[in-house]
Amino acid sequence: MVRGLIQLLDWVVRKVSRSRHALHRQTILKIGLVTVLLFIVMTGLTQIGGLTPYHTTKYRDAPRLQGPSARHLMGTDQLHRDVFSRVISGGKASIIVAFGAVALSMTVGSILGWISGFVGGLLDRVFSLTMDAIYSFPSMILAISLVAMFGAGIGPMIWAVGFVYIPTYFRVTRAEVLQVRETTYVEAIRAVGASNTRIVLRHVAPNTVNAIMAVSSFNLADAILTVAALSFLGFGLPPPAPDWGFDIQNGQKYLQSGSWWLITFPGLMIIALSLGFGLIGEGISDLVNPKRKRKRV
Amino acid sequence: MGGVGRYIVQRLLLTIPMLLILLTLIFLILRVMPGDPVLAMLGGRNVSPELIEEYRHRMGVDRPIHVQYGEYLGSIIRGDFGKSFRTYKPVLTELFLRFPATLELAVFGLLFAGLFGFTTGVLAATRADRPIDHAVRFFHIGSFAMPLFWLGLMLQVIFAVKLGWFPVASRLGGRIAFTFESITGFYLLDSLIGGNTEVIADVARHLVLPAITLGFAQAGLLGRMSRASMLEVLDADYVTTARAKGLQERVVILAHALRNALIPIITVFGLQFAILMGGAVLTETVFSWPGVASFLVRSIEARDWPAIQGSVVFIAIFISVINLIVDVLYSVIDPRVRY
Repeated sequence: MVRGLIQLLDWVVRKVSRSRHALHRQTILKIGLVTVLLFIVMTGLTQIGGLTPYHTTKYRDAPRLQGPSARHLMGTDQLHRDVFSRVISGGKASIIVAFGAVALSMTVGSILGWISGFVGGLLDRVFSLTMDAIYSFPSMILAISLVAMFGAGIGPMIWAVGFVYIPTYFRVTRAEVLQVRETTYVEAIRAVGASNTRIVLRHVAPNTVNAIMAVSSFNLADAILTVAALSFLGFGLPPPAPDWGFDIQNGQKYLQSGSWWLITFPGLMIIALSLGFGLIGEGISDLVNPKRKRKRV
Repeated sequence: MGGVGRYIVQRLLLTIPMLLILLTLIFLILRVMPGDPVLAMLGGRNVSPELIEEYRHRMGVDRPIHVQYGEYLGSIIRGDFGKSFRTYKPVLTELFLRFPATLELAVFGLLFAGLFGFTTGVLAATRADRPIDHAVRFFHIGSFAMPLFWLGLMLQVIFAVKLGWFPVASRLGGRIAFTFESITGFYLLDSLIGGNTEVIADVARHLVLPAITLGFAQAGLLGRMSRASMLEVLDADYVTTARAKGLQERVVILAHALRNALIPIITVFGLQFAILMGGAVLTETVFSWPGVASFLVRSIEARDWPAIQGSVVFIAIFISVINLIVDVLYSVIDPRVRY
């Protein structure tokens, strides 16, 4: 009797806390979406519309290396430029490369995963081993080597960063295909005479969408960091274009003299944008995977 | 042969094709993909076709691709990684010279990540859904969004430039670097052998900021996993039993839950090594740490082709070996895993 009561109480508590968590997670998703949208709008307005307080490259009338003030909210750099103007327009490369790279790896990785999972046999084994090999290698080092090969700039960065994430999508879709392939409904439509292409496109692919969405949000968050790192190492946009990673590298030279504002603000922007994508990923993961919610990972 | 012994052999045999695929990929990426290493090396300026031909021949890139591939694999097996265009020394010598620095940094980075991650994870799990739990989880998620190079620079600004607690960069202070003699390449070990407290303190002080920087992202991941693992264990029947016996909560957590929560953490611990090597590129660059990863970056900047290829191959082999060791260790640590 007492045990039953405790169980009932436990059940109620769990129910309540679970729904509260679901709500809480939705907030996370919303915060993430709003952050990312804000960044896209901001970059669009400043880059395309030219809406910055001062010109990012041509304005050279500020005092040199001055800390934040009312006139220059985030201080000025060694070339007499306004840091605030550069910071709010410095996300172009990050955003374009992140979306481009994730789109590229999603397409290639998913297609390879579907094929590999569906065909099976030797092809599957070779594909899987190759993907595992790429996956086991440090992605940052792989991306740097690829950019060194392709050259600097937005295009090469999309290829390099995109290549690195292919195994992630390959794994997700392949696992899903292997699972779906064995289900009765696939067996049924196969019996009716559906072609392999049709099975993949109509029945397997839609099942992988949820997982892919969550994975790509996390990848976008990671891509922002990778792009920033590539730019920091000098493989990004050519100067004098404003760019967070490159501006941080530039600020590094004046760090010893205490010019903290040159590196602090671009870094905070990178964190905010990456965090935005990360929160979207968290939100989606919990929406599509109720088990995760209960475990409160 | 026992289960573990057989597993080690099996795992070793699986490492060979994996490594071969990795080496082939590196070959394909560096030799076959668009972009001419010779042109890249010569800087693409107005160079005479004769010079380009000469360099092509010297690097062996004028031969058919399968011949190049055979030579590439052969030279790796022989341990011949070519000579650096920049330092004129064998690449392998350069790498072995720098390897201890990277390993030392990685070990302390991982140590920081483990201690910090596990402590915060367990703290959050034992206080689930309370403010401290939310704070820790926010920190864990936030740590994924932290650019390592930026963190390193901020630590330099705060703790080196402003407060002066730690040195800004490098492995040794200027005065000590003059007289310091390295035996193993692992400076902390060397200084402990030397027994000079001043030197030990200097080496340790130089390690702190880079290790924290390198370990930070891992700390978040390990913290998250520790929390999840601990929550799962706290839900287990044997913990309920322990509580029902009337044991103190402290005893329940320390003696019953913690050890079991550790098992899955140790597995990921080793897998972190690959990510850690990626982070080392940035950490070593920011802190002028003379390791393998910063050597790679310098080589790319100088378009030193043999050095780039050598470093990448070296890292690939290193990672394969680490993965092998971790897998084997795992089978030893967790008695339930029997192969």
